Amino acid sequence: MAKVTVDGIEVEVPNGASVLQACEAAGKEIPRFCYHERLSVAGNCRMCLVEVEKAPKPIASCAYPVADGMKVFTDSPMVRNGRRGVMEFLLINHPLDCPICDQGGECDLQDQAMAFGHDSSRYMEEKRVVSDKYMGPLIKTIMTRCIQCTRCIRFATEVAGVPELGATGRGEAMEVGTYVERALTTELSGNLIDICPVGALTSRPYAFVSRPWELRKTDSIDVLDATGTNIRVDTRAGEVLRILPRINDDVNEEWMADRGRFSFDGLKRRRLDRPWVRENGRLRPATWSEAFGAIAARVRGTAGERIAARIGDLADAEAIVALKDLLGALGSANLECRTDGAAIDASRRDFYTFNTTIAGIEEADALLIIGSNPRQEAPVINARIRKRAISGAPFPVGFIGPRGLDLTYRHDWLGEGGATLRAIAAGTHRFNDELRAARRPMLILGRGALRRADGAAVLAAAWKIAAENGMLREDWHGFNLLHLFGGQVAPLDLGCVAPPDAPAPEVVWLLGTGDAAEVPEGAFVIYQGHHGEAGAARADVILPGAAYTEKDATWVNTEGRVQQGRLAVFPPGEAREDWKIIRAASELLGKRLPYDSLDAVRDRLAEAHPAFGSGFARRGCTDLAGPAGDAAAATDTAFALPITNYWQADPISRASDTMAECARTYLPAAPAMAAE
Amino acid sequence: MSGAHTPGGPSIGGGWAGTHAADEQHPEQPTHFAFDAESEAKVAALIKRYPPGKQASAVIPLLYVVQRQMGRQTGSAWVPRVAMDVVAERLGMAPIRVYEVATFYFMFNTRPIGRYHLQVCGTTPCWLRGSDDVARACREAGHVAGYGHTSADGMFTMTEVECLGGCVNAPILQVDDDYYEDMDYDSTVRLIDALRRGDRPVPGSMIGRQTSAPIGERTTLLDVPGE
Ligand code: SF4
Ligand code: FES
Ligand code: FES
Repeated sequence: MAKVTVDGIEVEVPNGASVLQACEAAGKEIPRFCYHERLSVAGNCRMCLVEVEKAPKPIASCAYPVADGMKVFTDSPMVRNGRRGVMEFLLINHPLDCPICDQGGECDLQDQAMAFGHDSSRYMEEKRVVSDKYMGPLIKTIMTRCIQCTRCIRFATEVAGVPELGATGRGEAMEVGTYVERALTTELSGNLIDICPVGALTSRPYAFVSRPWELRKTDSIDVLDATGTNIRVDTRAGEVLRILPRINDDVNEEWMADRGRFSFDGLKRRRLDRPWVRENGRLRPATWSEAFGAIAARVRGTAGERIAARIGDLADAEAIVALKDLLGALGSANLECRTDGAAIDASRRDFYTFNTTIAGIEEADALLIIGSNPRQEAPVINARIRKRAISGAPFPVGFIGPRGLDLTYRHDWLGEGGATLRAIAAGTHRFNDELRAARRPMLILGRGALRRADGAAVLAAAWKIAAENGMLREDWHGFNLLHLFGGQVAPLDLGCVAPPDAPAPEVVWLLGTGDAAEVPEGAFVIYQGHHGEAGAARADVILPGAAYTEKDATWVNTEGRVQQGRLAVFPPGEAREDWKIIRAASELLGKRLPYDSLDAVRDRLAEAHPAFGSGFARRGCTDLAGPAGDAAAATDTAFALPITNYWQADPISRASDTMAECARTYLPAAPAMAAE
Repeated sequence: MSGAHTPGGPSIGGGWAGTHAADEQHPEQPTHFAFDAESEAKVAALIKRYPPGKQASAVIPLLYVVQRQMGRQTGSAWVPRVAMDVVAERLGMAPIRVYEVATFYFMFNTRPIGRYHLQVCGTTPCWLRGSDDVARACREAGHVAGYGHTSADGMFTMTEVECLGGCVNAPILQVDDDYYEDMDYDSTVRLIDALRRGDRPVPGSMIGRQTSAPIGERTTLLDVPGE
């Protein structure tokens, strides 16, 4: 530890900390552009100048290590002058286009020029102009505004793991870009917008849309992947205008994946905004009471056990518990959330959660990935893995799945299917040595790897690997299931797993699942959801529900972390929050659910599963007994990845124009239709 | 060098403009590059200079190898973008890291140039000693419109460079890798005519001085101490 005095305030900071960190510890604000605590230090903007006693000139505090007994001044005449000078230089080539700049109002340069700059400029010469660069469909560039802090270059290289951005040319001619004018190949590109301190990199869909002070900001949770990214939904006049990540070091740090950030225009398109009822074979618009009436008429004559529910990938916990209680009251336990056919064993929570936790990845020292491409399934978690992989200490990564994937970190491709899995489970594979040598090994099993006939065997084999290679200990849990969407864990917690002997249903309630495939012919289908996909087309009654931005709802991420999102905008038209729809239906079905406020539903949730009532805690593993399934029965079949089109993997992004453009940009062109 | 410059403007070589993304679309960019046998031998020797895992250090020498090979093969010593990719691949670097280096140093021409690269030093000592005349001679004898331009016959490209470190023999005209010193209008014209004929006059002082010794006779160390 080093003792440093900042403006007379004494602080203790670890040796090797920077002067800037010491100043922050003392509560002093240091202006900065290039410094970012999650990136390497570049020290090139010079905005963070401070004075250090006995140093002849101001020093750049972000790149200067502290020394014991150092005396730092952050507000001396030398510092003020230095900052003003730096700011004047930065502004020499910066356009005065704040009135038409989308960063206006949330621009570091604007704010710091106000706080630390001159009140006028002495520069009379011509300013430099830089042509804009192409970085893909999500990022708008206005490169004349770039102050060459290189944050974007470091983000792309270090965090995203796609070294495609750079600074070409030199001096006044230095330009930031890809040089070859190609879209950045990352699922994390939106973060460049957040990280750019000026308006050089801004959001293309948000261009000229709004000013930050006009927005209502609502904290929520992203559910378009299973990371549980903490987000802020910015709205104006009942419309979502953008989505930004919030900082949560345990989950997403301060990053966010592109699909979650940019699909929100899909919330406005192809929405179900009123109830529909099928009459004489055709769907017609209806009122709520007609819709409930149609349901009641059909349900009344049906035996309880012949009623079933299927839970979709984006369902919230409140709706699930309400539906479960309703079916229970009607005499059915036939709820199923594994509509994708994943052979998940829900009998114990650690069989289906990401037990190491996302932050825990940084403590692991070996990783085996089975049938998952985390880069596409959970880009932010993948960034965590990459962070661990490039941290210096050895981190062997074994991968079972398709060959030749770019995960953004080095991995050892072990094989593509069950044969390799069985070999590792038997302890005879070369990668077993890596796992045994590790102190905290972990594995990630993709949910996609369980969507096959031998899924239970794959699950059992993965658990066996964990149990027999030191991954399951009292102080460490290295078994992880990586889910794909934000609504996939809650129904498992709530026991939405159909009993094996359930009779074929006559009434099926689809809660936001488009998957009507296994609905028996002739069954009466109730579709409750926000986007009309296949399930809606097959429905007899459509109940318009709310999307994740439109309800106060509870979500459980792949770790099993329970988080709550808030209502940012009201559902469109006659659509309603989902648990309320079910609550209203229960009344008409004569099985009135015993809760009529959000708090009451949440009390019921806590009662249904303790996770909803208590805080999140990381757990070790003491019970090595594995899920049902025969580890040796895994077949040789190669693992197929569940997500082939990252940009259009859920109903919301499928309705989004922005995501459609991404798909056009990034996916190989679809083969032309054969001529008839 | 103040003032606005338009990206994609006419200048070459010098880092001031034209090193940027727009180049990618240029029609002159070839679609293929491979080291020839002569270059391969050099590349192998160069990479061996650096310890394993640090091959990226060879990026600058390799770019020179590319530029020389292009000069040999096409008569225009420059570094096309595909060649940068080849260098990146060879050294295990991300291509952008090579683009950064190649565009940073204006010794690397990122666009085609003429057969001979006339690099006129315009920094103060050379300027005081008549670099304006040298430049004028280059324009007139070489039929070049000015800095950043190439003559219509593709023989000469003119670039203004900063101090070449040869001020004692100012003004300097660097042709490709050779220094021609103590230039004036006439000697520049003669040099350019010779180059056009295919001759390569001996580099060095054009007024016959020995290395950087004073013009005429010695002016210092005239007495031998103790004598
Ligand atoms: S584009 Fe933005 S983040 Fe990138 S160097 Fe310029 S100012 Fe920095
Ligand atoms: S923040 Fe310290 S130099 Fe940029
Ligand atoms: S000024 Fe021309 S060589 Fe130095």
